[in-house]
Amino acid sequence: MRYLDEYRDPELAQSLLDRLRRVATRPWRIMEVCGGQTHTLVRQGIDELLPAGLRMIHGPGCPVCVTPLETLDRAMAVAARPEVTFTSFGDMLRVPGTHTDLLSLRARGADVRVVYSPMDAVRIAVAEPDRQVVFLAVGFETTAPANAMAVLHARRLGLANFSVLVSHVLVPPAMTALLADPDCEVQAFLAAGHVCAVMGWRQYEPIAARWRVPIVVTGFEPLDLLEGVLMAVEQLEEGREEVENQYARAVQRAGNRHAQQVVAEVFRITDRTWRGIGPLPASGLELAPAFVSYDAARRFRVMDVRSAEHPECITGAILTGAREPTDCGAYGVRCTPRTPLGAPMVSAEGTCAAYFAAGRTRAAPAGSPP
Amino acid sequence: MTIQCPTPRHEDERVLLGHGAGGRLTAELLDTLLLPALGVPPGPLEDAAVLPPVGLPVISTDSFVVSPLFFPGGDIGSLAVHGTVNDLAMRGAEPVALAVALIIEEGLPLAQLRSVVESLGKAAAEAEVPVVTGDTKVVGRGAADRLFITTTGVGRRIPALHPSAARARPHDAILLSGPLGLHGTAVLSTREGLGFEADIASDSRPLHRLVRALAPLGGDIHTLRDPTRGGLAATLNEIAAASGTGALIEESAVPVPGPVATACDLLGLDPLQVANEGCLVACVPEARADDVLDAMRGVPEGAAAVRIGRTTAAHPGRVELRTRVGSHRVIDMPLGEQLPRIC
Repeated sequence: MRYLDEYRDPELAQSLLDRLRRVATRPWRIMEVCGGQTHTLVRQGIDELLPAGLRMIHGPGCPVCVTPLETLDRAMAVAARPEVTFTSFGDMLRVPGTHTDLLSLRARGADVRVVYSPMDAVRIAVAEPDRQVVFLAVGFETTAPANAMAVLHARRLGLANFSVLVSHVLVPPAMTALLADPDCEVQAFLAAGHVCAVMGWRQYEPIAARWRVPIVVTGFEPLDLLEGVLMAVEQLEEGREEVENQYARAVQRAGNRHAQQVVAEVFRITDRTWRGIGPLPASGLELAPAFVSYDAARRFRVMDVRSAEHPECITGAILTGAREPTDCGAYGVRCTPRTPLGAPMVSAEGTCAAYFAAGRTRAAPAGSPP
Repeated sequence: MTIQCPTPRHEDERVLLGHGAGGRLTAELLDTLLLPALGVPPGPLEDAAVLPPVGLPVISTDSFVVSPLFFPGGDIGSLAVHGTVNDLAMRGAEPVALAVALIIEEGLPLAQLRSVVESLGKAAAEAEVPVVTGDTKVVGRGAADRLFITTTGVGRRIPALHPSAARARPHDAILLSGPLGLHGTAVLSTREGLGFEADIASDSRPLHRLVRALAPLGGDIHTLRDPTRGGLAATLNEIAAASGTGALIEESAVPVPGPVATACDLLGLDPLQVANEGCLVACVPEARADDVLDAMRGVPEGAAAVRIGRTTAAHPGRVELRTRVGSHRVIDMPLGEQLPRIC
């Protein structure tokens, strides 16, 4: 606890805020890419303490939110099969597909189980050889190594009843796509610390150089975020565009090479459609040819599904920072955590859910005290 | 063909459907296992128990469906006593008698049943409340998850006390008798094998002695609530809704034990929404807050009592938290089951 307390100290937070107010001479717009960081910002009310004019734009980094609708609909189709035990992290259970969600499917009798690690799913496959155990392998670079390890472990064990529904997404192509948009307002990025713990930050250096945008690798505690924002503002004020590392206690430039090797062995880069954003070239991971026998979509023949987003949901504008949740006509009325129309209202890391949990209303837009 | 006596003779045997059929097997289960474990004195079993006059009677009933049955710091048996004793206590009542109904899934090992019921009997004895009547049903495999317990408690209102969620008033101090999140994280960790079991034990315990210690403060005890399912967040929202007051909580004052904070951080859970079984929230006039805290700290269950915030007239019905970094956020009613996050 002491370790955590050090990164939540109110006096240190105040001194960082004081420094920010001294340093920031102009309005700046900084995007935190990661949903976990959005959650901390909103949960701690940090964005409301920032100097006037310094605006945080919430990025596309909620893995639950950006998982393509097609992947979810495939997941429902697989999970509904009687021979299947479908496993997933808890926060995927409420995400609405075109017609239903995994939690509702479970209530109607499907064998859907929450796991805390993909290895738990492998263990179920070992323990229940008569069941076809499927793991929903989604998320950013953060979760890819563990999912790759699970596939390797299943192969080592010779398991014929384990497969994965893979829909990983990669952060740098999303950042590039945002920057390439002529309407992009982002002037600096806070890069997600845990993604960089795996992948390092070398791949961000060409982005910073080409787009002349400061990128600060940042952790998830309140003081991490305040320090990350301060470092980004200092770069902006000084006209620098570098990749800096606020999260030095966990991240090295080259990242975790072993994890990268495992990912490179099991997955290969592919084009991916991001929910709410659309297709981004080379922005996802799928199983490499040597591992396609572990592909649940092929095994259960659910490659072709027809998916349709709820017409009222403005997920794309939310995930790219173009709109605030409170701009949405359905927010808090027809779209709540209880009845989500789109993914950002589902996961705790979703921008809409974070706003809703913090009691932000359309009458009192972000930036004003609740 | 040989006829075998179906009567269980070994502790490794399991509950059969016949144990709930009302015949000889049922009688044997009662006589050899349930009644001795519950501490019920021998004698004819009647259909209902006659209670002595209990002053102003208070009644509460609750069903316990916790999984796993056994967890660090308790089990479903002791929980079934503590939960109902505490529900009575939150209305300012001391327990007088308990009625216990067991719904047992066919196949439950008798040893587990014995262990749970003995724990239930022990908890009742420690709370000084007899189990005076009950019921046992056995359902087919798959119709229940091993064992469900419903406990009904009859209590006697302590004359000076009449706490109610609706009696919270603006400018009350909000007190919390113990640390948050222990029960929920202990159960989750055991159920899912997350490895926090060594560091976290449930806070399950009876709170009627703590409430009894508050009797001298009488009508100044506006509200008592135990933050069980939905945790502190749900309890404060219930109080705010029932009383029409707002609440402002200081994040830095809310006692979350280190292992609970760590487990919640890793799993993406909010300690304010995690269940507790051994602490209570009290709303009392600001001027009496120190006296109430002293009274709480005078009994073991309240040794760690602290002030966590105050009620307010500024935002009726709404619960707010002042964060560690000095900003505010609304604490909403939890939606349902907390789902651990992806990363």
